[in-house]
Amino acid sequence: MADKISIRQVGKTFGYGAHQVEALKGVDLAIADNEFVTFVGASGCGKSTLLRIIGGLEWHSAGTLEVDGRPVDGPGADRAMVFQHYSLYPWLNVLENIKFSRQLRHGREDLTSADVEAAAGRADALLRLVGLSAAAAAWPNQLSGGMQQRVAIARALMGRPQVLLMDEPFGALDAQTREVMHDLILHVHKLEKPTIAFVTHDVEEAIYLADRVVLMAPRPGRIDSIYPVPLPAERDQDMKHSPEFLRLKKEILARIKDTSGMQTDQDMLDRLNLGGVPT
Amino acid sequence: MWAIRGPLSPRAYWVLAVLGLLVPLGLWWLAASGEGVNKVFMPSPLDVFNRLVTWYSEDDLLDDVWVSVWRVTAGFVLSAVIALPLGLLVGTFRPVQAFLEPLTDFIRYMPAVAFIPLVMLWVGIEESSKIAIIWIGTFFQMMLMMAEDVRRVPMAQIEAAQTMGATRSETLRLVIFQSAKPALMDTLRVTMGWAWTYLVVAELVAANSGLGYSILKAQRFLQTDKIFVGIILIGLIGLVMDQLFRLAHRKAFPWLYLRS
Repeated sequence: MADKISIRQVGKTFGYGAHQVEALKGVDLAIADNEFVTFVGASGCGKSTLLRIIGGLEWHSAGTLEVDGRPVDGPGADRAMVFQHYSLYPWLNVLENIKFSRQLRHGREDLTSADVEAAAGRADALLRLVGLSAAAAAWPNQLSGGMQQRVAIARALMGRPQVLLMDEPFGALDAQTREVMHDLILHVHKLEKPTIAFVTHDVEEAIYLADRVVLMAPRPGRIDSIYPVPLPAERDQDMKHSPEFLRLKKEILARIKDTSGMQTDQDMLDRLNLGGVPT
Repeated sequence: MWAIRGPLSPRAYWVLAVLGLLVPLGLWWLAASGEGVNKVFMPSPLDVFNRLVTWYSEDDLLDDVWVSVWRVTAGFVLSAVIALPLGLLVGTFRPVQAFLEPLTDFIRYMPAVAFIPLVMLWVGIEESSKIAIIWIGTFFQMMLMMAEDVRRVPMAQIEAAQTMGATRSETLRLVIFQSAKPALMDTLRVTMGWAWTYLVVAELVAANSGLGYSILKAQRFLQTDKIFVGIILIGLIGLVMDQLFRLAHRKAFPWLYLRS
């Protein structure tokens, strides 16, 4: 199968002059159509930056990046992004948020009544998919954090994106809600068949959701290793206790620690301690 | 009751609010009714009320109020229609910010009063000169505050639109402006108050009517009670306008006022 996303020797520097920081260096990765890839790594490893580059929200300073064989030059409707929070439009109700992309120009060109009907049907279907039919008329700030992320996912899916980019979408949710969201996003992935790139700091989440887990390392941000997940395609919560799952989790956690460059908080304290404090 | 940021029943709130108005009024009454207090220095509330009645029946109180309201509103609206698009651009595009913000920061510290001679020279002494003074007093602050309101729009809202295929102008119109609207309206409310504080300054310029002008004229004739009336009226009009803005805010942005 042809690669959906192809990343070759991508690099990224931030800042100007002496303050330049190398956020990414020599990143090579091919993501297949309909694949679910998660990114983990110590802070500063550039996983969010890489996701934002795929989304066209940041420009890479080296290498090439193609989605569907076309070079990425800015954000586009084929690569919808779901953020950790604050991305819903509080002045629109749930249904209006989901239909937001219909307000945009590309959705208005040569619009027929059949299109409008199809859009209304799609919005309803998405509402049902994320389990929020009863909340269609609610304002976003009447919803819980988990419900808000459901809306954000439905809204991102509205324009039938080829690629769904998710930047720690469940990072602000409590553990129980998160588990429910995991099964929801797997269901979405099965039904809508987008290619998903998903950034998280939760290794368990990364393994449970992914076909492959990409581990990145900091200074400079790079891909350290890639772990295919040895679980059946159809996931359920019990698999989190299987030996394969636990072994992989342990392996990945150990590798993140090894690559972080700063093993413990004590190291960090030592680094901050510029002398003067009696030992 | 004294818990930090603790709750307060609506009834207690209103009782305290009314007391907050009545206590100064009572103190004023006491101060004015003391032995040997000269009315020129401290007219009593009754004197002030009587002056209000004679101003209304013998002079043109309503005309004065009307012309002042018109001047303040005109200067304010003129500020708003220029500050709004500029504020949107400054808050959205860094090059525009770099170009305009330091300049505006510089100008806003210049006292509006000091511009009176220049305004007379350039704009003349007609009605437009009063509006120009109010404009100078409000525009620069307003633009900077609006730019700040626009900058506070969460980046995730903007980027979500971009990854849904929104163009630059669509993002500006459908996301940034919509998202900043409640804050922009609050800025309008606050700067409306400032516009009123420039009224007296504006009516220094060859005016022959208006509340500010009347205060200045009363000063020349030592009509302290009339000065009181003028100041209190400006305060009351400001209060009413402020409340109207708040009401409109509630009506326009209902999602901000949900009872959970």
